[in-house]
Amino acid sequence: MKSALLEISYLIGSVTFILGLKMMGNPKTARRGNLLGAVGMTIAIVGTIFLFEKQDHGAVDESYSVPGLVYALIFGAIALGTVVGWLTAKRVQMTKMPELVSMFNGMGGACAALIGLMEYEHNLGQTGALSAIVAGMVIGSVSFSGSIIAYLKLNGSMRQPIRLPQYNVINTLVMAGVAAFSVWMVITSPSDPFILYVLFACAIVYGILFTIPIGGADMPVVISLLNSFTGLAAAFGGFLYDNKVMLTGGILVGSAGTLLTLVMCKAMNRPLSNVIFGAFGATGASSDREIKGNIKDIGVSDTAVLMNYSKKVVIVPGYGLAVAQAQHVIHELESILEARGVTVKYAIHPVAGRMPGHMNVLLAESNVSYDKLVEMEDINPEFASTDVVLVVGANDVVNPAAKNDPASPIYGMPILDVENAQHIIVNKRSMSAGYAGIENELFFNPKTSMLFGDAKDVLTKLVTELKSL
Amino acid sequence: MEQLLEFITIHREMIYFVLLSVFVGVEVIGGVPTVLHTPLMSGANAIHGVVIVGAIYVMLNVDPSNTLALILGFLAVLLGTLNVVGGFVVTDRMLGMFKKK
Repeated sequence: MKSALLEISYLIGSVTFILGLKMMGNPKTARRGNLLGAVGMTIAIVGTIFLFEKQDHGAVDESYSVPGLVYALIFGAIALGTVVGWLTAKRVQMTKMPELVSMFNGMGGACAALIGLMEYEHNLGQTGALSAIVAGMVIGSVSFSGSIIAYLKLNGSMRQPIRLPQYNVINTLVMAGVAAFSVWMVITSPSDPFILYVLFACAIVYGILFTIPIGGADMPVVISLLNSFTGLAAAFGGFLYDNKVMLTGGILVGSAGTLLTLVMCKAMNRPLSNVIFGAFGATGASSDREIKGNIKDIGVSDTAVLMNYSKKVVIVPGYGLAVAQAQHVIHELESILEARGVTVKYAIHPVAGRMPGHMNVLLAESNVSYDKLVEMEDINPEFASTDVVLVVGANDVVNPAAKNDPASPIYGMPILDVENAQHIIVNKRSMSAGYAGIENELFFNPKTSMLFGDAKDVLTKLVTELKSL
Repeated sequence: MEQLLEFITIHREMIYFVLLSVFVGVEVIGGVPTVLHTPLMSGANAIHGVVIVGAIYVMLNVDPSNTLALILGFLAVLLGTLNVVGGFVVTDRMLGMFKKK
């Protein structure tokens, strides 16, 4: 009876995960989809705790009752995790989102690794079970340490990519070593727990080595990849226990995460292998091309007049906008212009912000309606009919070098064709290069005017100026 | 070779299950607008927190006199909960911001 109920609770869990993910693919149903997933997860967890039956050699051991201490520890851990997880998630600033996702992903990986560490000794000599245990533990550990490094890189504690000499060779060797070690463990099944901990440590080290040479700009891809790794680790747990909800959840995230990773790579026009092995800028093939032309300044009042008498304004927001906390001011600017009959749209490059879609989240936070956020393919043909483009805190995503300079490290990345607009106004703090460290010839375009200053400062002045017109 | 064939025969249903799940995962994500990539990654992140089910299961079977196992199990459940709760709450917060006016 109990076991049938437990299977049903897992069935419900699996279905809600699939439906939930599907619903998250549409802005209208996304929030409900997420809640549905959470409900399914709760059912699966509650079922696991309260419908538990001790299995003894395939039969149910009726006489067994779980010690109170174990229940206390489980409930204690869940209570503590809920409070800490909830508060962290509620308090985090939206600009810090990517590192938080990375952190939570690392927690899941560590959880999978710990399960492996605990289950190993119970399954000595059983090749099938041991393969699932060792694979889950190794992948979970890599995901854990990799996510922590990604977290440190995104929050700025570890700015520079660290590259050992011949790091690709070293990493490949370490990976092969860890894989060989794992296979050996499964086949010989040594009973000394020390050896298991050595493998665990090796996997942790590999996770660090894997992530450490990759630059901060590529971290979203890495997080997405590690996300699918954790999914895979969870699926191995499902194999071990023949637990269908862990299998569905894990494989779903594994395959969806892999696809998402590839989509992100496509948006940056870089193959995944290039992200992992070819670290950005490491080739040293940066363009030596001299950019000729003059930089033209524009003041706040001239910008205000120009925008006020336009028919159509397109705003290109970049991460710099979020850093300056200017999302709210830009929404105010948009509202004033709209009230004066100017059409305002936001051009969202797929990799604007720190993750694909991150910019949408940031703008949504300041109440910008999502139908004003236009994706690259849809907005590009519209630039020709645009009077003013305002680029705020974005750089590489509007750099024409991606189109016409084969030597540029970003060559081939699709960009926003802002050059086709009548006027281009670029707000920047100074003339320094963008995240990828490349000069931008757009700034030297005769149609471009530079509006120097802190984004929030300048936009606030612009709003005041517009109001007085 | 023989072992491999035997493995496939024994685990036939499991192999079907895994293959179909992979396709479901790809199908479910396909065609999602870029707008939703970040919440989707975050939501998927919460879902793999299902690994907590395994952690709870290990814990329920643990020998209460094995202190190391109790500590590891406690940590596993704690980390799994952080993944699940944090993941779902932060995704909800993100999606709560998407409004059409």
